[in-house]
Amino acid sequence: MLHLSLAVASTRPTWPDILVFAASAAVVLVGAVGVVTSRNPVHAALSLVMTLFGVAVLFIEQEADFLAAVQIIVYAGAIVVLFLFVIMFLGVDRREDVEVEPLAGQRPLAFIMLGITLAGIIAMLATAHWVTGAHQVVGPIEGPINKTAGAPSGEVAQLGKQLFTTYLFAFEATAALLVIAVVGAVVLARRPAVSEQAEREQAAQADRDAVERGVSR
Amino acid sequence: MSLSAGWYLGLAALVFTIGAIGLLVRRNVLIMFMCIELMLNAANLTFVTFARVLNDIGGQALVFFVLVVAAAEVVVGLGIVVTNFRRRSTTVADDLHSLKD
Repeated sequence: MLHLSLAVASTRPTWPDILVFAASAAVVLVGAVGVVTSRNPVHAALSLVMTLFGVAVLFIEQEADFLAAVQIIVYAGAIVVLFLFVIMFLGVDRREDVEVEPLAGQRPLAFIMLGITLAGIIAMLATAHWVTGAHQVVGPIEGPINKTAGAPSGEVAQLGKQLFTTYLFAFEATAALLVIAVVGAVVLARRPAVSEQAEREQAAQADRDAVERGVSR
Repeated sequence: MSLSAGWYLGLAALVFTIGAIGLLVRRNVLIMFMCIELMLNAANLTFVTFARVLNDIGGQALVFFVLVVAAAEVVVGLGIVVTNFRRRSTTVADDLHSLKD
């Protein structure tokens, strides 16, 4: 089966690890297929939650606890809720006809091309010897054990340390990116000024009509 | 010790392919967005796997930034979808062809 000759990862996995991987891989794949095949966008969003949860479990399995928590909070808690909000806000949660193929031959072509891509990736995994020699560009996952100073040395501490030292500029740039995204979303979702004016004119017209009716009475 | 990296990378490749197929096949803009999220998640899984195998925290830091960028992208993208729905009352990509006519 798949094997990859990387420098580490030579110790044998234990049974719980295999079980966790198998279960979460099944959850991830079922969810992914559900996103693509479900006709109702709400069902697709719920399948997406399933996939994101499975990926979070795989993150925990690979010593990325902080990222698993962030994955659940940001993806399942914010992004999918935003999706569901927009789906229900627009009222597009009706079933879509997935059998119709407007572009003739596009669907088989997509399957063939991506089948070739997948086969290429799998073949690369099965045969490649990815020894790059580029170990630890940034720093180890687990920091040095420093019990006397009482400093935390786990993966979360290391990640925080790197984010605020090596990646400080990128971190600040993401803050700017988020602000820009929020402003952009507000500008996009605002109703245009023209319709506001039209509404005001309509209201004024209704007022005038009411006054005229009062006079005629 | 968890499984060897090949299993995780193979799973990530599968999820990425499923997402790409959905992006090409589906017509609903919202579902196309969800497929992009699937592909981003597959890339994240690959990053975390290599972070573990190479014992390098840089991969996990990169995943953090991918999460932030994905959140920003979804916010702006869904804003565009809502604006477009107001004008054309559709979320089907095939109906958005005003430039063609």
